[in-house]
Amino acid sequence: MTIFLSTLMVGLRLGSIYALIALGYTMVYGIIRMINFAHGDFIMVGGYTLVFTMPVMTEKLGLPAWTGVVFAIIVCAIVGVLVELLAYRPVRKKGTGMSALITAIAMSLILENLAQAIPAIGPNPKIPQVIFPASSLTLAGITIDTTTIYTIVVAGAMMVLLTLLVKKTSFGRAMRAVSENKKAAVLMGVSVDRTILLTFAIGASLAAVAALMYIAQYPLVFTTIGSSLGLKAFVAAVLGGIGSLPGAMLGGLIIGMAESFTVSYISSAMADTFVYLILIIVLLIRPVGILGKNVREKV
Amino acid sequence: MSMLEIEDLQVYYGRIHAIKGVSLSVEEGEIISLIGANGAGKTTILHTITGLTKAKSGKIVYDGHDLLSIAPHKIVKLGLAHVPERRQLFERMTVEENLLMGAYFRTDKAAVRYDLGRIYKLFPRLNERKSQIAGTLSGGEQQMVAMSRAMMSQPKMIVMDEPSMGLSPILVKEVFGMIKEMHDLGITVLLVEQNANMALAIADRGYVLENGRITMSGTASVLASDDGVRKAYLGDR
Ligand SMILES: Nc1ncnc2c1ncn2[C@@H]1O[C@H](COP(=O)(O)OP(=O)(O)OP(=O)(O)O)[C@@H](O)[C@H]1O
Ligand SMILES: [Mg+2]
Repeated sequence: MTIFLSTLMVGLRLGSIYALIALGYTMVYGIIRMINFAHGDFIMVGGYTLVFTMPVMTEKLGLPAWTGVVFAIIVCAIVGVLVELLAYRPVRKKGTGMSALITAIAMSLILENLAQAIPAIGPNPKIPQVIFPASSLTLAGITIDTTTIYTIVVAGAMMVLLTLLVKKTSFGRAMRAVSENKKAAVLMGVSVDRTILLTFAIGASLAAVAALMYIAQYPLVFTTIGSSLGLKAFVAAVLGGIGSLPGAMLGGLIIGMAESFTVSYISSAMADTFVYLILIIVLLIRPVGILGKNVREKV
Repeated sequence: MSMLEIEDLQVYYGRIHAIKGVSLSVEEGEIISLIGANGAGKTTILHTITGLTKAKSGKIVYDGHDLLSIAPHKIVKLGLAHVPERRQLFERMTVEENLLMGAYFRTDKAAVRYDLGRIYKLFPRLNERKSQIAGTLSGGEQQMVAMSRAMMSQPKMIVMDEPSMGLSPILVKEVFGMIKEMHDLGITVLLVEQNANMALAIADRGYVLENGRITMSGTASVLASDDGVRKAYLGDR
């Protein structure tokens, strides 16, 4: 029973990190029907920003290390906006779906290479300082470390906030309008370009929070940290139904759970196999993903 | 000065020359009908007015603003609303969310709420269905939402693209009733229609568009009694 419960908590923790990242894929897909392959690399950008800013927060300002996330969010949002502004937008206005796809793959590689070229980063992994001091809580007979609890609570709060933003605010309506019918959105006075930019900024900010939570648990930052993490989150987004926000959250949780339970009960070597097996089975039964709709843009 | 003045407008889709030197004007307070067969270029003209399609050359001046040099999403803020062909509702949003989208750029939230209430009073059917997903409404209800959505932007002028398309005769009457009511509120109307009978009955003046060119224009009554127009657009044999 304790193994089951702690496996569940680990699954929740992993799942909420995947969900935060999956939201970025799904939001961008929802609004421009493109897979932003560079999204995983925003985690790397956030991770290094944390590595460099946390010491400043703790040593110079006497603040807790996690407050470095403010900078991570800012830097990630800026990088997300720049990627859209300098690469995706010009290609989208000229090219085809295929050229957009290639551009996204290229941006991912470029971000990783650029990071390596920065002398302060270099080829060797960096170990960030301790983010949440080790401590644990005993609840109903099981011991949970506080990082896990923080991760679940923070990710949950971010998801609630994002849902409120999209469902209840004027900006959220504009986002959905652009996603559904760009021409009609323009007739309502919505700036499509600006809405897309903000979507990138929000998605990248969520990746920055995910980076904080991830390296709080696994304290190692390297230039390709985003590729496997990003891939899993992308799988989560597709599993849940790409373009659907609740789908991304659900997909993230399922992938996290699958991974955690496979590691606990079967073998850690099989974790990825199970993740992809679930994806294939779900897509065979429901090609649009669990909560996906057939998205079709009116032109 | 006219409310809307179009001068020698030329529009291309790639190599297709869709609008070949159209000039027309709409005075404040008028209802103008633009009639023409399928593919004549009616939608293209409306799209060019509100910036959805780029013009090759020509001039479009609305209320003193040069529309061809204004970012498309800023045009509705000048008081010029567009009820597009096939309604183009946000089909996955509720009726109320669609109406709020019409007021997207407005910052006077209290006044927006007030206008929303007025629309619900005017169309109790929309009030009953405000939480319904717009894509599940009937065609007539959708047209009602499309026109109300435009009203939510507090327009001085509305351009409308075949609002009667696909509707039963009773609903067509209702839609034209709505256009009259909008006009009574002081809104200037440029109406594109294939239903020339109704369109000319409601209009002050009309233009006939054929193959990207204006071939005839005049007061609605003169056009409605013209033999050529009657043959081509009013179903006379
Ligand atoms: N996106 C486009 N690409 C290429 N050609 C187009 C495009 N849109 C319209 N056209 C062409 O331009 C011409 C005018 O089309 P438009 O839609 O303006 O006509 P319309 O008068 O509104 O017709 P309808 O009554 O059928 O709505 C047509 O020949 C049409 O085929
Ligand atoms: Mg048309």
